[in-house]
Amino acid sequence: MFDFCGLALSPLTGAGAVSATGWKGENSVDVMDKLTILADAAKYDAACTSSGVTRGARPGTIGTAASSGCCHTFSADGRCVSLLKVLYTNHCCYDCAYCVNRRSNDVRRTAFTPRELAELTIQFYRRNYIEGLFLSSAVLKSPDYTTERIIETLRLLRTEYHFNGYIHAKAIPGADPGLTYELGLLADRLSVNIELPSEGSLRLLAPDKSKTAIFKPMAQIRDGAAQSKAELKLYRHAPRFAPAGQSTQMIVGATPESDRHILSLTEGLYQKYHLKRVFYSAYMPVSDHKNLPAPVGFKPPLLREHRLYQADWLLRFYGFTAGEILDDDHPNFDEALDPKSDWALRHPEFFPVEVNRADYEAILRVPGIGVRGAQKIIAARRYGPLSFEGLKRLGIVMKRAQYFITCSGRMLPGLRFGPDSVYRRLTGLERMELGGESWQQLSLFGQEVG
Amino acid sequence: MTAYRYDGTFAGFLTCAWDALERKRSPVEFLLFGDEASLWEVREMATDEGRAKRLYAALARRVSPAFQKLIARGFLTCLPQKELALLELICRGLREGDRVRQDLSDPVVARVNLALTKMWTEWDHLKGFVRFSDLDGILVGEIEPKNRVLPLLAPHFAARYSGERLTLYDRTYHEIFLSDRGRWKILPAEDFRMGPAGTEERAFRAMWRNYFQTIAIEGRINPKCQSTHMPKRYRHVMTEFLTDEEMETGLPGQTAKALGERPTG
Repeated sequence: MFDFCGLALSPLTGAGAVSATGWKGENSVDVMDKLTILADAAKYDAACTSSGVTRGARPGTIGTAASSGCCHTFSADGRCVSLLKVLYTNHCCYDCAYCVNRRSNDVRRTAFTPRELAELTIQFYRRNYIEGLFLSSAVLKSPDYTTERIIETLRLLRTEYHFNGYIHAKAIPGADPGLTYELGLLADRLSVNIELPSEGSLRLLAPDKSKTAIFKPMAQIRDGAAQSKAELKLYRHAPRFAPAGQSTQMIVGATPESDRHILSLTEGLYQKYHLKRVFYSAYMPVSDHKNLPAPVGFKPPLLREHRLYQADWLLRFYGFTAGEILDDDHPNFDEALDPKSDWALRHPEFFPVEVNRADYEAILRVPGIGVRGAQKIIAARRYGPLSFEGLKRLGIVMKRAQYFITCSGRMLPGLRFGPDSVYRRLTGLERMELGGESWQQLSLFGQEVG
Repeated sequence: MTAYRYDGTFAGFLTCAWDALERKRSPVEFLLFGDEASLWEVREMATDEGRAKRLYAALARRVSPAFQKLIARGFLTCLPQKELALLELICRGLREGDRVRQDLSDPVVARVNLALTKMWTEWDHLKGFVRFSDLDGILVGEIEPKNRVLPLLAPHFAARYSGERLTLYDRTYHEIFLSDRGRWKILPAEDFRMGPAGTEERAFRAMWRNYFQTIAIEGRINPKCQSTHMPKRYRHVMTEFLTDEEMETGLPGQTAKALGERPTG
């Protein structure tokens, strides 16, 4: 094992005394162990983004932030690693059935000290391993006590280490609003996990949590951020409260809600609580609780999670509403087809779209054309009429779009198809792109939804 | 039918462009000093800073500042024979004005735009994938990009670590970025080797590797997805994929080979 006692701090952290005091505690040898345990406990949280706020360099501080966010690596499961994502502690007084950190689970427990965590964050940040810190925590003693520990860590980072990078912190439901406010002044983004898509499921699996307790801090963060924005317009130095907004996440596949239910919930969250992001996390079998799917033979609903994210993008960037994507006749996603193609096939009256005349919103609805593609089409057709050749040179991929567009009144020459064959070809494309493994999950996908 | 032979600098290219505009004749090829002989009649161009500056200013004045930037950024891409494409853009820009930038379905404009998109993607990747090591208080890192992104990365890292001293070496174009508490410059450098790391540095590397392993969820392991987001060519300079020994000696690069024989400074 290594020894942190002789740790020489960078001149920038400006705290030579730190290595002589705080970092030297009895626990210093096992920071590696703590990191392993507390990163392992945090990995099921999906919201590892660093977006939503731009902050340039400030003299005497370390770090910047860019609103587009930044991925620093991709772990073996293909997920972006942007922030140092750890729990402050995995000592928990709750017993939520779906959670690895539940009180009744037999795992090793530990906790960082604020100083250990601040030092770790700074040293990782200096080496460009991370974009900042994502600090969550199990509920140690009480929500208030836990929030105070998180605040202490963030305050140390911001004031003593002069950290100017990105911080995402979890607001703990049930904590005092005053503490949540303090947290929001130190962090860029706050999030409250709604955990499960309905109150019934919550009662069943997370008896210590309630819908009201979750939505209360969410409303507080929304109002706090709005107020802070308004004040900043009047006074340049007004305090910034959660400038990168808030996000949430829910577990999919542990409980029987339909996709339509989840998507409407998502839409409501975007509209009512002005969330920046809603994350979905395919349930991983971590427990054999009687109210959960049996872990033996359970495959996490990864394809369903993928479809939910696709639909989420349609809500946020493509002008779709939840009711358009799924309705009472189609309460669940077509496993074989992405939601946008699915909508297009159900609305033949909308197509074909004439790329040289249609407005931006209509072009956006064409399967295979995304936000960038639509913007390029709008820009390029100002120069002159677009042909299919021209579209290809813009970088528009035709394999889906060709069935839904015309260029100067003509469809792609030589293209023959009927409604059935389009469905066949689009699902064929999708099957190829998803690869064999995800495809096999489809049989399980139906069962979980019940 | 002529070919230009020049020193590979942006000013050198603009000198060639000046010559081509003056002679009203487009070349068929651009060569560097040291390249092999050409089939065409070769005009050797000595860089003329004065002409280069005048032409560069004219691009902004007579076409638009955005067009000027397009040409300058285009020159940083690794597009094969980028000089020919950029020269054609310059001619069209001076003739038609700024609207040439909107002609996205034109083959040459599309080619340059695609190369630029790829360059910005690489830039965006590298902002995250660059790894520094703390060697005696100086942050040291290496990259091996396809495009010449070091000048674009420089302001980002200089601002981010405005209180640190840091260096970043570009193996492909043999340049080194040096920053001392926010003030930075880029200098040519033929060779570079990362020194041995101290115990503290090794400890943080070990923790990062450990974190990287831990954070993946076993039930979702998906190497294809990982490679899509983070192509393998970046990994031979990234701490989490290397041992301390490999970092010290440096793994053999791949980019220069992939680019062919024309990585120029």
